[in-house]
Amino acid sequence: MPRFYLLGFLLLAGLRPCVAQDLLDLLNEEIKKEEKPEYATATFKATRLINGHSIETLAGGVLDVRISHRFGYLNAGIEEFFGLDQATTRLALEYGITNRLMVGIGRSSWQKEVDGFVKYKLLRQQSKGMPVTVTLLSAMSMKTIPYEDPNRENYFSSRLYYAFQGLIARKFTESLSLQLMPSLVHYNLAPAPNMNNDVISLGVGGRLKLTKRVSLNTEYYYQLPSTQYAGTTNAFGIGFDVETGGHVFQLYFTNATGMTERTFISETTGNFFQGDIHFGFHLSRVFTIRDPRKKQ
Amino acid sequence: MKITLVSFLLLVSLTAQSQDLYMTRNGKISFFSRTPMENIDATNNEVLSVIDLQKGDMAFAVLINGFRFEKALMEEHFNENYMESTKYPKATFNGKFTPPAELQSKKDGTYAVQVEGDLTIHGVTRKTKASGELIIQGGKLSSRSSFKITIKDFNIAVPGVVAEKIAETIDVTVDCQYLPKEK
Repeated sequence: MPRFYLLGFLLLAGLRPCVAQDLLDLLNEEIKKEEKPEYATATFKATRLINGHSIETLAGGVLDVRISHRFGYLNAGIEEFFGLDQATTRLALEYGITNRLMVGIGRSSWQKEVDGFVKYKLLRQQSKGMPVTVTLLSAMSMKTIPYEDPNRENYFSSRLYYAFQGLIARKFTESLSLQLMPSLVHYNLAPAPNMNNDVISLGVGGRLKLTKRVSLNTEYYYQLPSTQYAGTTNAFGIGFDVETGGHVFQLYFTNATGMTERTFISETTGNFFQGDIHFGFHLSRVFTIRDPRKKQ
Repeated sequence: MKITLVSFLLLVSLTAQSQDLYMTRNGKISFFSRTPMENIDATNNEVLSVIDLQKGDMAFAVLINGFRFEKALMEEHFNENYMESTKYPKATFNGKFTPPAELQSKKDGTYAVQVEGDLTIHGVTRKTKASGELIIQGGKLSSRSSFKITIKDFNIAVPGVVAEKIAETIDVTVDCQYLPKEK
């Protein structure tokens, strides 16, 4: 009889290894159970694609000092050193209030314009569920050059311009992201008496990562012909983002002269394919003002 | 008599059979990279870990995108450029140690243990040894350890331009508080 018990005991003891679960499997199951939605990160490297905004916003507590430089037309010839003799700039300070809300102010030498904007990331692309990231942009700018016609009655409000954009982007793979930008530019004072005050356009753009730190970007704004001002062309740009630590360099070619929504979307006059091409770059340097871990 | 013996044996075998597991979902792992140019540190407070005190098994799993840095951009680069966290979302460790008998009987105290096992980071698995402490206090278990890992061992590429800012060996610190795992 004791033999029987012994056998039973051994049997039970022998079952142990089968019942015991591999501890790592156990943890992997726990991870699956608690899986949180994962947001797509770094859809683009910077808050700008070329001329216009990308869906990216600065992280909360981050200050971005931006220096944008744009040379003259390449087809200006050797006399103008292929455009390098001329330059316009935009200097800007931009700040992330939260991880989804940012603001910025800038000053452009082109038309001596001052601009400000608010940008809010409304929806975020997730691994499961939300397929796109949607960011809303509301920008305002003020031309400070003297009034065109000083003799007529000029209102301060006629110096003001507005731009509203819905930016919709999807990071398809680690290297490919595409973006759509339905946009409205509003002129308080239309350029001429019989012209409309609003220009409606649809932008398309994207980036292709060439290496971990270099990407190829492109952007095109199609203006609705019925709202487009005579003599203007659609803005196109192509360039590279080069990232080195805390800096992002954006080097690009574009037919647009201005660097604010109004000046590049609705007032571009150059024809890219006839050599009206500006070479330009944005230099972005970020500073962490607030440690993101402190607020937790 | 027979019935008593049978039930006794059953009980003994059942207790032996049930794993004596301690678990945590919010353990802490931090790492530190020290160079003359820049110090970088990051912490993850959502480490999963489980320890079997009887058998001397332990496992850790940590989501790479759960590490928090001083600068948002560091975090982005860590995930995007170095750890490729979309491709390799987690790091794991699966190891063994020899549990001292007093630890098995859960007597309060601090027990030094040598742990040996597989460390997987960035999709690369390496046999790793580390020494650490297991602490029993009032029915609770804690684990503590610090060790070094070499970036190159795990196929993590650091480009020349930032090589001076990222140390070749990284100090890793583990600090977890466990509770008995409920069935």
